[in-house]
Amino acid sequence: MTTKVMTFYGTSVGKKVVMAVTGFIVFGFVTVHMLGNLQIFLGPEKLNAYARFLKGTGAFLWAFRGVLLLSAVLHILSATQVTLQSWAARPEGYAVRRYRETTYAARTMRWGGPIIGVFVVYHLLHFTTGQLHPSAPHFDGTDVYNNVVHGFQVPWTSAVYLLAVLMVALHLYHGVWSMLQTMGAAHPRYNRWRRFLAAAFALLVGCGMAAVPVAVLAGWVRPV
Amino acid sequence: MNFTLKVWRQAGPEAPGRLVTYPADDISPDTSFLEMLDIVNERLIAKNEEPIAFDHDCREGICGMCGAVVNGYAHGHERGTTLCQLHMRSFRDGATIYIEPFRAKAFPVIRDLVVDRSAFDAIITAGGYISIRTGAAPEANAIPVPKENAERAMDAAACIGCGACVASCPNASAMLFTSAKLAHLGLLPQGQPERFERVRTMVSAMEQAGFGSCTNHGECEAACPKEVSMDFIARMNLDLIRASLKHR
Ligand code: HEM
Ligand code: FES
Repeated sequence: MTTKVMTFYGTSVGKKVVMAVTGFIVFGFVTVHMLGNLQIFLGPEKLNAYARFLKGTGAFLWAFRGVLLLSAVLHILSATQVTLQSWAARPEGYAVRRYRETTYAARTMRWGGPIIGVFVVYHLLHFTTGQLHPSAPHFDGTDVYNNVVHGFQVPWTSAVYLLAVLMVALHLYHGVWSMLQTMGAAHPRYNRWRRFLAAAFALLVGCGMAAVPVAVLAGWVRPV
Repeated sequence: MNFTLKVWRQAGPEAPGRLVTYPADDISPDTSFLEMLDIVNERLIAKNEEPIAFDHDCREGICGMCGAVVNGYAHGHERGTTLCQLHMRSFRDGATIYIEPFRAKAFPVIRDLVVDRSAFDAIITAGGYISIRTGAAPEANAIPVPKENAERAMDAAACIGCGACVASCPNASAMLFTSAKLAHLGLLPQGQPERFERVRTMVSAMEQAGFGSCTNHGECEAACPKEVSMDFIARMNLDLIRASLKHR
C-alpha cells in the first residue's frame, strides 16, 4: 500500500504551525497594545499624543492592520479545520472520562477563541469607530483618553472587558506553551521553563490589560 | 473483593452497543484486571451467556494487545501500567467499574472491548522501517552512536503500540505513537537517510487514517503505559517543518 504524501498545510501539523505563527503575530500585537494602553496612567496628553502618532503613520497603519486581519483570518480558519478534524476523529465518546494532565486553559481554547473574536468586534465598535460608545453619536475620535474613561465608567462594559481579558490570558497560557511544542521547541533541560514562560506572559498581559478598566472603576483615572 | 462492572457490549462492528451491568464478586485482591474479566467470563459461560470479548496476549505488559478505558482512564488509573498489569487491589472494595473500548473513528469496535488498530499498521507501513538490509548486528563500535541518542531512541522504542495515547487524547490524535516510531529510527544513524521522507509519509498516513489533531493536552503521555514523552511530538513537528522546507 502506498500512502499519498500530503502537502504541509494538508496535515494537521502544518495547520498547527500556521496557528502558532499567526497566534504569535497577534500575541505580539496584544503585548504592544497593552503597553500602549498603560500610557493612560501618564495622563491625557501622553495617551492622546500616542494615538495621534499611530494615526499619523498612514499607510503603515493600514499595512499593519492588514497583517493582523490576515493573521486572524488564517488563525481562525486553521483552528476551525483542526477542530472539525478532531471532532470527526471520535464519533462516539466515553460514558466516563477523566483527565490527568490537561488544564482548564487547554480545554477552553475552542470556545475562548470565538469569545475573543466576538469581543474584538465589539471592542472596535466601542473605541475605534464609536458606534457602541456611551457618548455616541458625539464620540470624539481624537480624545482617546476621555473615550476610554467614559467607556469604562459603565460597570457592565468594564465587566465585559475584564472577562475578555481573562479569556485572552487563558488562551495565551495554553497558546504560548502549545506554540513552543508545535514549533518543536522541546528540550528536557528547558521544558519546565516553557510552562513558566507561558504563565508569566499570560499574567503580564492579563494584568496589564485589566489595569485600565479597574483603575477607571476605582476612580483613580478620571475624565478631564 | 466485590465489584459492579459496567461493560460496553457490542455484538459486532455495525451492531449497536450499550453498557451492561455485571457483578464481579469474590475476586481476590491479587488477580489482575484481565484475570478478573476471565473469572467473570467463566461465570457468564456457565450461565450460557456470551463472554465479554477483550484483547490480550502476553499479560506481562510488553506486547501492546490489551487495553480498555477503565473509569475514564486508558489502561486504568495507575500510571505507567498496562491493563494486564493492573491489579484489583488498587480498586476500592465495592467499587463500580466502567469498562469501555478505546474510542476513535480510526479504531472501530470489532466486538465489545476489542477494537481494530490496523490504522497503526498503516502508519508503520508508510515508512516505519529502514528500506535497506542493515545486516546482522555490526561490531559494537563500527557505527558510533552518541549515548544520549541511543538512550532516547530506546525510550521511544519502548512504545508497544497499544493505542492508549489515541484513546486518552481528547482529540483522538495518534501523534504520540507516530512520533515515537519516527524518533526511534530518526535518532539512530541507520535511520538518517530516510528521516525526512519518513516523517512526511508517516504523518500523511496518520492523517488519512482519520486521527484527530494534537492540541497539546498531554493526556497521551499520562496514559502511556511505557511513559513515552511528548517531547517526541515536538521533535516530529520540527522534523516535518524541516522536511517540508527541504523537499524538492
Ligand atoms: C477568534 C479568535 C480566536 C480563535 C477562534 C482561536 C482559536 C484557537 C484554537 C482552537 C487554538 C488551538 C488550541 C490548541 O492547539 O491547543 C489556538 C491556539 C493559539 N492561539 Fe488562538 N484563537 C483566537 C484568538 C487568538 C488571539 C487573540 C491570540 C493572541 C493573543 C491567539 C494566540 C494563539 C496561540 C499563540 C496559539 C497556539 C498555537 C499552537 O498551538 O501552535 N489566538 N487558537
Ligand atoms: S496483554 Fe500484552 S501488554 Fe497487556
